[in-house]
Parts: sequence; structure tokens; C-alpha cells
Amino acid sequence: MALALQTFATVKDANAALKSAGTRYLGGGTLVVRAANEGDVSVSSPVRSTDPALSAIEVGGGKVRIGASVTMAEIARHPELGPLAKAARAVGGPAIRNMATVGGNLFAPAPYGDFAVALLALDAAVGTDNGEMPIETFLVGRDDSRAIVTSVSFTKPDNFRFLKVSRVKPKGVSVLSIAVVLEQAGDGTVSSARIALGCMADRPMRAKAAEKALLGRTLDPDGIAPALAAASEGTAPITDPIASAWYRAEVLPVHLGRLLLG
Amino acid sequence: MTKVPVQFTLNGSEKAEFIDSGTTLLNALRDKIGDTSPKGGCHQGTCGACSVIIDGELRLSCLTLAETCNGATITTTSGLAEGGVLHPLQRAFLDTFATQCGFCTPGMIMAAKVLLDHTPNPSREDVVEALSGNICRCTGYEPIIQAVLSAARANSQNAA
Ligand SMILES: Cc1cc2nc3c(=O)[nH]c(=O)nc-3n(C[C@H](O)[C@H](O)[C@H](O)COP(=O)(O)OP(=O)(O)OC[C@H]3O[C@@H](n4cnc5c(N)ncnc54)[C@H](O)[C@@H]3O)c2cc1C
Ligand code: FES
Ligand code: FES
Repeated sequence: MALALQTFATVKDANAALKSAGTRYLGGGTLVVRAANEGDVSVSSPVRSTDPALSAIEVGGGKVRIGASVTMAEIARHPELGPLAKAARAVGGPAIRNMATVGGNLFAPAPYGDFAVALLALDAAVGTDNGEMPIETFLVGRDDSRAIVTSVSFTKPDNFRFLKVSRVKPKGVSVLSIAVVLEQAGDGTVSSARIALGCMADRPMRAKAAEKALLGRTLDPDGIAPALAAASEGTAPITDPIASAWYRAEVLPVHLGRLLLG
Repeated sequence: MTKVPVQFTLNGSEKAEFIDSGTTLLNALRDKIGDTSPKGGCHQGTCGACSVIIDGELRLSCLTLAETCNGATITTTSGLAEGGVLHPLQRAFLDTFATQCGFCTPGMIMAAKVLLDHTPNPSREDVVEALSGNICRCTGYEPIIQAVLSAARANSQNAA
């Protein structure tokens, strides 16, 4: 392995360096360095930026902005990001969480990307030097995206729920992960729902049919039944040593039901 | 291959070396600096045998490029004993038979040290969580959990 690391003070200069062949942005390196250790020679020159803006967390006026270099451990212990802590703590073990960044999680292929599932349910905006785009758009185009992600921003949710199912406790790779952001009317019926799924495709996806089936319903077994029946619509779960696509599809409604009723 | 300078504090002493750019901290420590306490089990982030403490945080040295550690303070298991006296965690690992082949032990001790530095009186759940990124193929984990809990008790008795 021969990697030549290039470090830049600004995102702008790092973005310019990333135009050369063989370069790849280096976040916490848990996937990039691992690939290099495994003999992946497609990256010869990792590029990073030490721009302090990438490491900032800003919370105010009901809004949250998290710099792309912020680690899962930093989110998990941030006093004002309580509800998100569960999703951040779902990523790897303690050492991985001290290294794994938000930016890297947005690019992590299934079965990874648990935090990106949370960000998808939050309908986060993904920021680059060229402005912001909705996370849904970002995820669709991420394989061809070369621009450094600088931040993610979202509105602080009132009702955020997250669940990661894994076989090894307390730490293990996802069978699947689910994040839900709900709004309820005065009578308890669901007035808006965003449901994001991990491992149900090669990257995090929205369960739009289930979201729709939840509107106007109450959160009880009868109320959520149509949403559970629609949960797998449009999914193409991965098969890996943790679980088969069949198994993931079978258990998705069970876990979604627990999360909605919990 | 590009050589780059790295300088950091390792177990209280200043280290400065020229290394090949892209060298992992694990390889720099073991092959250049001669500290073989961090072990290379998987080089994939999965086993935890290479765990070290960088600026107070547990990190995997196999996934960390050495040149990103310039100016850092690094602790490894070989820096724990003082003047031939074992650290309470090392003592506890021996006393409770928490080490068999020993390959996972330096990583386990690093993970346990970070835990006890922040949480001197951990619960069993705290210990399990703290060690969750470290794999042991020999002991079945129970003696390791007991070792960490007994080191915590020994520490609090010393402090009292
Ligand atoms: C043992 C182990 C266990 C793991 N467990 C989990 C888990 O449980 N859940 C989970 O979600 N993940 C897990 N992961 C995967 C990974 O650690 C995380 O997804 C992490 O968040 C990736 O972030 P990173 O900063 O380390 O990424 P890197 O390795 O630095 O980068 C990953 C990819 O993202 C790109 N990238 C990174 N940052 C940016 C940016 N700011 N702008 C543009 N591109 C960028 C890189 O170029 C690269 O292509 C695990 C990994 C290991 C090794
Ligand atoms: S060698 Fe680093 S985690 Fe296994
Ligand atoms: S003592 Fe052998 S791997 Fe833990």
C-alpha cells in the first residue's frame, strides 16, 4: 500500500485537488483506509481538509447544522442532540464512533449508513461548496459525486424514533435500521410521516407507501396495519452474511410495527 | 515513495520519525518506533487488537494514518506499567485469568482504560459496551469483564 496523503486548510483547495485521478476524500478513514489495507489500489492519494467549519455543530432556532467531519461520538455526547444520540451510538463500537464521520456515513454502502438513515428521515439538507441539496437527491447521485460534503442541516424534530436491528449485542452490523419522524394532530392521528430504511436497498431509502398509508391513522395495531402491509413496497434488500434479502423483507414490518407502537 | 515527518508524544516521550506517506499508525508504531504492544489482527477495524488512545480517545491504529497524528498524545499498553509495577488493569487481567493467548489483551486494556478514565465506577453494562469493539477468541469475555470491574474497585479503594 502506498498512499500519499494531501492535507488542505480549506475545502476549496481540497475540492480542487480532488479533480486529479487516484484521489479520494478522507473523512475518518474507517472505510477508505480499510479498503487500502485490503489491497484496493483505486485510491493512491487521499485528500483531507482541516477546515474548522467541518468540525462544528450549531444548534439554534429549532435548526441543527452538523459539519461533515463531526464524529458519531461527538453527536452521541452533544447535550442538545439527545434524540439523535441513539442513531449515532448505533454505528460500530466505541473506537469506530470516535473516527466515523457524518460525511463518511452518507457515502457508506449497505449494511452501513445507519446515521444516514436517520438523516433521511429528518429530510436533511446536504451542503457542499456549491450550496445545499435534499438528502434524497444527494443519495441518488452520490456514486458520481466528487464534491466534498461540508455539512448536514435539518429542523430539530419533536418526534424522532430510531431502531437498529443487529444480531450481535451491543454492537453489530445492521440487519436493518429504521428512522421515523412523525407529526400527530390533536386527536392523535398522524398528520405527517417520514420513514427511512437502511439495508432495504443498496443505500438508505424512504418507505413512501408506508408513509402514505399512515396518514390520518392512529398509532395502534389496527391503525398502523396498512402501513406495515405497504412497508416493503419498492424495497430491494441486500443479501450479505448477516441476513438474506428474504429475511430482511420478512422482518421489516415486525420491527417497523414495534417502532411505531413503542 | 514520499517520506513525511511525524512527531508525537508516545507514552510520555517525544517521537519524531520520517515515514512513508500513507503508513498506518499501527505499522509506524510497530515497525518504525518499535512499540509492538498494539497488535494487527484484521487491519479492517473489526477486531480492536490495534486499539490505542489518541488525545484521550480510543482509536483504531490500523485505520489511522500516522501523519494525521502530528502533535498528538498517544498512549499504548506498553506505556502503562511504571517502574516495573503493573497498572491496576494489567494486574487485574492477570489475577482474573482474563488473558490466554494474549493477542487481544493490549486492545482490551486500552478500551478498558478509556472507560475507567471517564467512568471510574462502571456498571457491567458500561464495561460490555466499552469492550464491544474488541474481539477475544479465547476467554469467552467473562474473565475480561470481571478484570475491568475488579480494576475499577481496586482504583476506588486506592482513591479512598
Ligand atoms: C468495524 C466497522 C464497523 C462499522 N460499523 C458500522 C455501523 O454499525 N454502522 C454504520 O453506519 N457504519 C459502520 N461502519 C462503516 C463506517 O465506519 C461508517 O459508515 C462511517 O461513518 C464512515 O465514515 P468515515 O469518516 O470513516 O468515512 P471514510 O472512510 O473517511 O470515507 C468513506 C467514503 O465517504 C467519502 N467521504 C467521507 N467524507 C466525505 C465528505 N465530507 N465529502 C465527500 N465525501 C466524503 C470518502 O471519499 C469515501 O468514499 C463500520 C466500519 C467498520 C470498519
Ligand atoms: S487490527 Fe485494527 S481493528 Fe483489527
Ligand atoms: S486472549 Fe486470546 S484472543 Fe483474547
